[in-house]
Amino acid sequence: MKTLRHLIQKEFIQIFRNKAILPMMTLMPIVQLILLSNAASNEVKQVNIVVVDQDQSESSRLLNRKIIANDRFKLISTAFNSGNALGYLQANTADIVLEIPHNFEKHYLRGENPKLQMLVNAINGQNATVGSGYLNAIIGSFNAEILPVSAPLVPTTARLNVASRNWYNPELDYKHFMAPGILAELTALLTIVLSAMNVVRERELGTIEQINVTPIKKWQFIVGKLVPFLCVGMVLLTVGIIVSKLLFDIPIRGTIGLIFGYAIFNLIAVLGLGLLISNFADTQQQAIFVAFFFIMIFVLMCGLFTPIESMPKWAQYLTIPNPLAHIISVSRKVLMKGSGLWDIRWEFVYTILLAIVFNTLAIWSYKKQQ
Amino acid sequence: MIKVFRAFVQKEWYHIIRDKRTLLILFGMPVAQVLLFGYAISTEFKGAQVDILDYANDDSSTQLIHHLQSSGHFTLNTILASEQEMEKGFKEGTTKLVVVIPEDFDNDLYKGQEITIQLITDGSDPNNANTLLQYATTMLDDFRLEKLQRESALFQIQVEQRMLYNPQLASAYTFIPGTIALILLIVCAMLTSLTIAREKELGTMEILLVSPLPPLLIILGKVTPYAVLAFLDAVLILLLGYFIFKVPVLGSVLLLLFCCLLYVLVGLSLGTLISTRSSSQQQAMMSSLMGLMMPSLILSGFLFPLSSMPKILQFIGQIIPATYFIEILKGIMLRGVGLQFIYSEVLVLLGMVMILLAFTWKNFNVRLQ
Repeated sequence: MKTLRHLIQKEFIQIFRNKAILPMMTLMPIVQLILLSNAASNEVKQVNIVVVDQDQSESSRLLNRKIIANDRFKLISTAFNSGNALGYLQANTADIVLEIPHNFEKHYLRGENPKLQMLVNAINGQNATVGSGYLNAIIGSFNAEILPVSAPLVPTTARLNVASRNWYNPELDYKHFMAPGILAELTALLTIVLSAMNVVRERELGTIEQINVTPIKKWQFIVGKLVPFLCVGMVLLTVGIIVSKLLFDIPIRGTIGLIFGYAIFNLIAVLGLGLLISNFADTQQQAIFVAFFFIMIFVLMCGLFTPIESMPKWAQYLTIPNPLAHIISVSRKVLMKGSGLWDIRWEFVYTILLAIVFNTLAIWSYKKQQ
Repeated sequence: MIKVFRAFVQKEWYHIIRDKRTLLILFGMPVAQVLLFGYAISTEFKGAQVDILDYANDDSSTQLIHHLQSSGHFTLNTILASEQEMEKGFKEGTTKLVVVIPEDFDNDLYKGQEITIQLITDGSDPNNANTLLQYATTMLDDFRLEKLQRESALFQIQVEQRMLYNPQLASAYTFIPGTIALILLIVCAMLTSLTIAREKELGTMEILLVSPLPPLLIILGKVTPYAVLAFLDAVLILLLGYFIFKVPVLGSVLLLLFCCLLYVLVGLSLGTLISTRSSSQQQAMMSSLMGLMMPSLILSGFLFPLSSMPKILQFIGQIIPATYFIEILKGIMLRGVGLQFIYSEVLVLLGMVMILLAFTWKNFNVRLQ
């Protein structure tokens, strides 16, 4: 036990005396947390539009005004022919071009059904669907407004109103959703990088040989590496939750202890993987590359930015060995929905399994003799 | 001089080739990313599970339920019997949206009454909730129009909608350019900063500096192989995109490669700059990971629209090279535009190269401490 204490002490001294790494462990993640939480939103708040008004009538101007009045639309320009308007799409200054044809009003008042043409820049499919949806809604309500009095009051006026409610997060505040996930991700990311580079650094510098000739046991060595980084991770998590609470006022509906209890297991799993990578690398560079490869895949597949439910089934199973996916799911469930231990039982089971597998492999693959 | 330079590049080349793990990053990473984005991850959703609480239970409501499923965006999970059952689906996470159809739906629809359809989402995932609402609202509107057209088509404005550049709304059109920008940055900025920091840490940089090679040549020799590899990567991703996901290159390939070169230069100068400022590989890794990769992934408009972000983040997004490069790529590849449409982005990248090189020049220490 005394050996272990000294090992941990040594590790802490090495962490704290490295003035270059220390701010990156503490300040950078918090700055990232604040920046990223604000950035990560799929909401389409601004749609740039060009209106080609070939009609120049009262109705077309009314429609124009209605579009401008909507604060989601930004009128870039009003062109007179569609050739010019297409240029705006080509140059990517406009997202949508709406063309009001010649004699639009005349045809409309005659009871015909004039056609508006909408050209949408669809390179980003999701934004295109959402943007054109906004515009269709405006045109729909414009249509209802200008219905002439003479229009027969047939069922045509049946209106479908949509009343929507969002549970758990009525204002759809993205920060409430993103902050816990990003925090979890940053913590895992930092600990995996630090641990992956640690053992191999000793190997590169040659200090590992000195440890190898001492009677330190393999498990003691691994645990000695694990505990200090676990502490760093937990401190970061605590600071991160406090910052998110103060800045974004994230809801804390569940028990906070549950998150910390779970995070300990998760960090042990992540650290085990880091140490495993470290054991298999000869130089820091190699360790970094392998760790980076995993990080990239973990981050993309963890459900932070894109929902896991919209992945195909086989890809959903692939998220099971991904510790990041579990910690993000747990932090969201507990903080936002107030889930209890029973609701996150599967995450717990998987994480503990991962922790055991990774760490056993880490201890097994650490060889004292070459 | 040329001969020495060649020998130096050769040495660097051996460093790269003999390490399997470097190759993993160089070629495994782009392939893995493109395949993941193509097959596993998607920001669009298909078959979101929907519960329906149908108070009406008449012809029109059945039609509406069919209509909702027709797009492939929604799949029916369960038909609920009462309001009490709504929460269960959300808590278990089996449902994302509940549609409540009011009583007398059929009657009211034909009488022209106002009808309120309730949509209830799981707001704990706002991105998802918002998109679901948008899609569902659009579908309800379609439904109404369809009904109307069958009845009477007087005084209806029609909208002819054309999705330009990407009629199938394929997500590959956004992720291929984004992945190219990201991978080039990883190879150029992160790998070069690491390799120079490694020479510093091991002390071999000092040996190189006292050699008769001019320092400029040392740096050039270090970055040249990475520039070549980055280029290969860009071509690899373009080919993957073209053959697997049918992402075209409509514009001039020459212009595209020229812009890649420009971006590679930005990446390389960023990498050298990072390495001049960091003394260890750990530090170089942390700076490029936290300072370059994450912002480029998130603030470049690749994953999230820049225009929806707070002003200050939009500003940061505008000083990230990837933002401009992705714009250029989309322009040339998908909209097929020439230089006259993207010259401002190209100029910005050129300016960045100048400034970064000047900085690197100032920071580069030729002498030993």
